[in-house]
Amino acid sequence: MDQLIAMVAKRLAFGLVTLFVISLIIFLGVELLPGDLAEALMGQAATDENVAAIRAQLGLDRPAHTRYLEWIGNLMSGDLGTSLATKRPIADLLGGRLVNTLFLASVAAIIAIPIAITLGVLAALYRESWFDKTISMVTLSFVSFPEFFIAYILIYFLAVEFNVFPSFSKSTADMTLWQQLYSISLPALTLILVVIAQMMRMTRAAILSVIASPYIEMATLKGMSRPRIIVFHAFPNALSPVINVIALNLAYLVVGVVVVEVVFGYPGVGQLLVDSVSKRDLPVVQASVLVFASTYVLLNLLADVLSILANPKLRHPK
Amino acid sequence: MNSALKLVIEAPVAAKLGMIIVLLNVLAAVFAPVIAPYSETEIIGDTWEGGFWDSEAPEHDPPALLGTDHIGRDLFTRLIYGARNTIGIALVTTMLAFAVGISLGFLAATLRGSVDQIISRSVEVLMAIPTLIFALMVLSVLGTEVHILIVVIALLDATRVFRISRAVAMDVEVMEYVEVAKLRGEGLWWVMRHEILPNTMAPLLAEFGLRFCFVFLFIAALSFLGLGLQPPTADWGSMVRENAEGINWGIIVPLFPAGAIALLTVGVNLIVDWFLHKASGIRDIE
Amino acid sequence: MSEPLLVIKDLVIEGYQEEQWNGIVHGVSLSLNRGEVLGIIGESGAGKSTIGIASMGYARPGCRIVSGSINFDGVDMAMASEDRLREMRGVRVAYVAQSAAASFNPAHRIVQQFTETPVVHKVMGFGAAEQKSKDLFKSMDLPDPENIGRRFPHQVSGGQLQRAMVAMAMSCDPDLIIFDEPTTALDVTTQIEVLAAIKDAIREHNTAALYITHDLAVVSQIADRIMVLRYGNEVETGETRQMIENPKEDYTRELLSVRKVHQDKADIEGLGNDILTVKNITASYGNGVRVLEDVSMAVTKGTTVAVVGESGSGKSTTARVITGLLPPEMGEILFHGEPLAPSFKDRPQDQLRRIQMIYQMADVALNPRQKVKDVIGRPLELYFGLKGDAKKARVKELLEKIELGENYMDRFPSELSGGEKQRVCIARALAAEPELIICDEVTSALDQLVAKGILKLLQDLQNDLGVSYLFITHDLATVKAISDEIVVMYQGKVVEQGPRDEILTPPHHDYTDLLLSSVPEMDPDWLDGVLEHRKELEARGVVNLRT
Repeated sequence: MDQLIAMVAKRLAFGLVTLFVISLIIFLGVELLPGDLAEALMGQAATDENVAAIRAQLGLDRPAHTRYLEWIGNLMSGDLGTSLATKRPIADLLGGRLVNTLFLASVAAIIAIPIAITLGVLAALYRESWFDKTISMVTLSFVSFPEFFIAYILIYFLAVEFNVFPSFSKSTADMTLWQQLYSISLPALTLILVVIAQMMRMTRAAILSVIASPYIEMATLKGMSRPRIIVFHAFPNALSPVINVIALNLAYLVVGVVVVEVVFGYPGVGQLLVDSVSKRDLPVVQASVLVFASTYVLLNLLADVLSILANPKLRHPK
Repeated sequence: MNSALKLVIEAPVAAKLGMIIVLLNVLAAVFAPVIAPYSETEIIGDTWEGGFWDSEAPEHDPPALLGTDHIGRDLFTRLIYGARNTIGIALVTTMLAFAVGISLGFLAATLRGSVDQIISRSVEVLMAIPTLIFALMVLSVLGTEVHILIVVIALLDATRVFRISRAVAMDVEVMEYVEVAKLRGEGLWWVMRHEILPNTMAPLLAEFGLRFCFVFLFIAALSFLGLGLQPPTADWGSMVRENAEGINWGIIVPLFPAGAIALLTVGVNLIVDWFLHKASGIRDIE
Repeated sequence: MSEPLLVIKDLVIEGYQEEQWNGIVHGVSLSLNRGEVLGIIGESGAGKSTIGIASMGYARPGCRIVSGSINFDGVDMAMASEDRLREMRGVRVAYVAQSAAASFNPAHRIVQQFTETPVVHKVMGFGAAEQKSKDLFKSMDLPDPENIGRRFPHQVSGGQLQRAMVAMAMSCDPDLIIFDEPTTALDVTTQIEVLAAIKDAIREHNTAALYITHDLAVVSQIADRIMVLRYGNEVETGETRQMIENPKEDYTRELLSVRKVHQDKADIEGLGNDILTVKNITASYGNGVRVLEDVSMAVTKGTTVAVVGESGSGKSTTARVITGLLPPEMGEILFHGEPLAPSFKDRPQDQLRRIQMIYQMADVALNPRQKVKDVIGRPLELYFGLKGDAKKARVKELLEKIELGENYMDRFPSELSGGEKQRVCIARALAAEPELIICDEVTSALDQLVAKGILKLLQDLQNDLGVSYLFITHDLATVKAISDEIVVMYQGKVVEQGPRDEILTPPHHDYTDLLLSSVPEMDPDWLDGVLEHRKELEARGVVNLRT
């Protein structure tokens, strides 16, 4: 048991270190800017005087480590700073958009995960059958497609040719849940297709490696039925790798939304990030990057911990 | 060489299809100025004129096979030049990533100890940050010029290459023939060059295909987001972005560059799949 | 006499490899009566395992039963439906695999896996099955039979798990059990316990068995009859005693012949001069666990020192310390009286040249991307600066020494057989013109007859070149065949050492006694005798056997 706790603790510690390093990179990235934020902000119009004024206004005249600590302190208390472009507090900008992004990602995940795992298990069980071969071919293609290719094909057919779904995904506070769902149907579908393809391939590989184990052959030679072998013998051992697959894909989803949000004009954090990068609104970039990176790190961390817990050998040490 | 040819001839249909796709793309990229009917930036007509399927589209000489883009340039020409730019940059980036990743990976695997620890831990942290987000962050600070783009993506991707090359090199490194070479008094370089590298070629070659696909899609995505190659350079990702609006009017122009990206990636993947399948037997082919 | 339990007729099995079907078993027939044990023996590629599991109506993925019939008590297992087979498997015919560690599901407790067969097949309820597991565990001499079932497989040692798997096979009192190399992966002293457990169990329950192994001595302890297979064909079949005492076929006779290659010492100049002296070596791996404690030994010119011990005895670690791969914590190694640097990295090239090593797995000791001429040529180039024709001529010379021809020069390792690979490794070591060659289990991965050839070659080379060997092995037959001196190791310490005849003749040190007495002999009565002897040893508290 101690070994297990030690392993989990190690993963958690690693997660914390990663988050710290990310915050450092985000902070230092801006520090490394040729010149500094003030000059970048003023661009062509930079004169010594107005740069100095902005520098003082942003507190850039103080040493870096004080500003880092202050920045982290503010983040902890929910103060994400102010957007340079809109002059509004970033927390306000980010809040609603974060909800939208999570909504889109969750809808995609809830639909994609069960389908992907079922298909993956079936493909593994009926390996080399026409079903497996077809599905391998199709998923290989979908993994190879850029998200925007799938997205535009869907728009062309489902929004333009047959006007079933909207090509532009609005989201306002007064919409009902159904309206919301209808509005995000195409971006969600895009994500679902990509995630199913990826997840199914990974699930299939994970199950196949379990099925090749000698204890599965032993179960067959003990006269166990196929369903029993799957449920009682293969499943408990496949759990750990499959959990890993799920978490990896959730993490992918969180990042994958960026492109999809831009295609469908969906007001999420991804779109905000891309906008801010092109406007070089660095405080907003910093805040959104932090949001994405920490969600990603936390999901991966969760995957690690869960797959440690699901591993029978680690759960019952010698 | 003959056996390589035999291998290609005996390849399954899917792999052959992949090879044809890749070959066509490479030809387009290399001979772009010869193949393309117009120049990269020449405006020949109106916005979004129809292609060969549209009988009402205005005629051009040479004909505009696929019609025109959002500012009236020949779409076919743009696609051909796009192949050159997009594939070229992806290839350079992947090669750079491999050069960095393999060197570090082999070093870590052969030297072990603290060298390995330091590189591995740093890479682990870097890999914990999502690549797209990291790239957006860095590009927003450093700007979006081509050489910056290449270096940033190559370094990010080198972490993945490091991981795999370290792993395969470790697999080889524990082999007793490597121990024999070390005990014989061979130097580090000799061991890496003669014992480890030849035995890691097959998995690394497959990985090169996969990484190329990833980098290629990644650059396409960045360009699509407006943060990759900048206009007027023809590039498939930016072409999708520039023409995106047309889709709402039923204009399929954005599907051409997007489809070209998809097609090449599928092609490379088909070859890699076949290669991985064959990898066990690859050993005796010189 | 009643009908036989199992009759296999003209069985043909094929395997799919390199995109075509190749024959594995070419028309083998056998018959087995109730309560009878048939030993199936053969070297690798004989098709013995394939026949064994085919009698359960099963072919591994990539294999298929092409023709022939497998009649088990009136049911043709080759033709029966999956449902029919499922009813039979586990209940009427059960299977014991080579590796229990891999064949027990890591996710479930042993008792859950034991009771699965009787409960699912509705032979008995869970309570009765659990009770039966305890009874069987007890009769198998497993420690704490009441509670051992509640453990997970990875919490139990290899030898115990192997016995638990035998118990599991007995759970429904099957008519037939297939034993597929059940003791091969075990140490020699553990092997006896499992062997005894199997023998008792099948005798007591009057179970018929197919006992598959490559070891004739092992099978002669258990089998009533023995069938010898080679390349998927039957060589001969007969009563155990008759087979051992009076085999008909040459191949069987070869398998039976004791590996005797020891010859009188040739006239070697400087015979007996000290070459290597290991003095009071203590070593441990990074985690602080001591693997060697106060180990000393010496090798003299033109002789062979055999280091013998079971897994965990530290014999291979000793080799790693001598070669400088694992610098010791204490003690020193002298080569011709000069101390060697602890790490090979600090040793001059000429010193490295004089000590060469040959490994157990020739497969991983040869770079698959190098041709034979490059493998052998590299030391010539590095140590003696040979190039071009001079190098080629010397490679050719070395190939002749290892009894392979010039035509092997351009081959890759994948184009060589196991024995040929090991010969190339020997040539590579010889190319350095060493004074000492460390041989680490060099014959363990090889089939019996091939191994014999390698030992003979090593012996000839020693007489020819005066090279010394430090021969590390777990196999006492090899030790007897080749050694001049013997070092017996146990748990990181040297238990006993001395000239061969002195060590091999009683009185022995207690552990040496245990080790020597555990080596199966070609005598059907050997096992019963040795078990008696063991009880004495145990009573004296020599070694804790039940671990």
